[in-house]
Amino acid sequence: MSTVLEILHIARFGLAGVFLLGGGFFVLAGAIGVLRLPDFYTRLHAAGVTDTMGSTLILLGLMLIAGFTLLSVKLALVGLFLFLTSPTATHAVANAAHKAKLKPLLGTYRQTRKGDNEGGSQ
Amino acid sequence: MNADFITPLDAFTIIDLILMLMLLIVGLAIVRLNDIFAIVMLAGVYSLVSALWFVSLDAVDVAFTEAAVGAGISTVLMLGAMLLSSRTALPAKPVRKWASFFIVLATGAALMYAVTDMPSFGDPLSAPNAYVGLEYLKRSLPDTEIPNVVSSVLASYRGYDTLGETSVILTAGLGVMLILGMGGKINGQLKKKAIDYDNADAQAHHTVLRVVSKMMIPLIVLYGFYVQFHGDFGPGGGFQAGVIIASAVILYALIFGVDAAKAAVPPLVVRIGAALGVLIYGGTGIAGLILGSNYLDYNVLDPHSAPHGQELGIMSIEIGVLITVCSVMLVIFYGFTSRQPDITDKDW
Repeated sequence: MSTVLEILHIARFGLAGVFLLGGGFFVLAGAIGVLRLPDFYTRLHAAGVTDTMGSTLILLGLMLIAGFTLLSVKLALVGLFLFLTSPTATHAVANAAHKAKLKPLLGTYRQTRKGDNEGGSQ
Repeated sequence: MNADFITPLDAFTIIDLILMLMLLIVGLAIVRLNDIFAIVMLAGVYSLVSALWFVSLDAVDVAFTEAAVGAGISTVLMLGAMLLSSRTALPAKPVRKWASFFIVLATGAALMYAVTDMPSFGDPLSAPNAYVGLEYLKRSLPDTEIPNVVSSVLASYRGYDTLGETSVILTAGLGVMLILGMGGKINGQLKKKAIDYDNADAQAHHTVLRVVSKMMIPLIVLYGFYVQFHGDFGPGGGFQAGVIIASAVILYALIFGVDAAKAAVPPLVVRIGAALGVLIYGGTGIAGLILGSNYLDYNVLDPHSAPHGQELGIMSIEIGVLITVCSVMLVIFYGFTSRQPDITDKDW
């Protein structure tokens, strides 16, 4: 019986580690994407990954470490708040850019770089 | 001051150093940029990073205030101010550049000179770790029976200082009112104008923003009250709660229009509230005088138990702080926004 509990205990922290590392990976990928991707909308897409996937995974990992405590409830509330607000913020920014007539980069990167800033019509 | 003490270079100190380096980089970026919009955003980033730094220094109450005021509401107010002026700063004239360079150089040199007199970080004999600070930490729990020592120091031992801060906030609000006007139209005129928040056409735009903010605004206000009344037990209090509740109203104004916000929270109420908060704070002090003790002495508020009196006093002045901070933030916001046409749907 106690070995089962011990295994569960180890599994909990192992899983938490996996979640935290995964979250860290998505945050890092988002940061690299914001720096490297070619235009506004693709960069926004990268930033959105950081906000939703990265923070959700990190919060899940922290909740596993905290266990059944008040801290976990607070983390869950933070997660809910981020889960609702960050996609909304991304949407608002993209919508504003679209309304301001910022054209997305279509076609391959090189094609658009060559000359026409039409946005490419395929 | 203890000259022999050297700050240990452990993990926390290294994190502090990295955060300070980030602050330096953001500061340099702000100096180098001409785009005011980017500068305002970077100022928000600066506040967030310093909030992180304060958390790492275990000053969670200060970090909370910095995140709410510096990164949150002041960014919005700066954006409001920016809409009234141009979006890029003109390059300065060479003469002015050199003059300001020398002023900055002299100030920096003076500050660097002063740093040599500061105690090392974590020095057990430094001023905050000796004298009156230790006394507060020792006496706070028996005196007030409030677990969060920050609240008891802020509201009870240092009640005069906080009264001064609250008055400064009121003064700032008065200054904005005198320069930018009293927050626009009076109620009567407002009602005549059709408010379009129920308009089907307006509903069609920003549907996502409207739905999510409708869900969020009550939660934000609720959280503000939690921060207010939980301030005795954890980080938080009137300053943070006031800013959070004001930010809920500002969010409402950004999504549904300033007119709708003014209908929900009229400028007149906000103007009265700004003064009422300071009145509640000062009135608590007067109550102490009437009951036969010193100004801002809460021990006498409850004749049977001094700690309970302290709790009552702290709660009542925190409510005063909440009302003043929340109202002044809205006074400033209304002041800025009533100087320009509302952002129409077309401009989004």
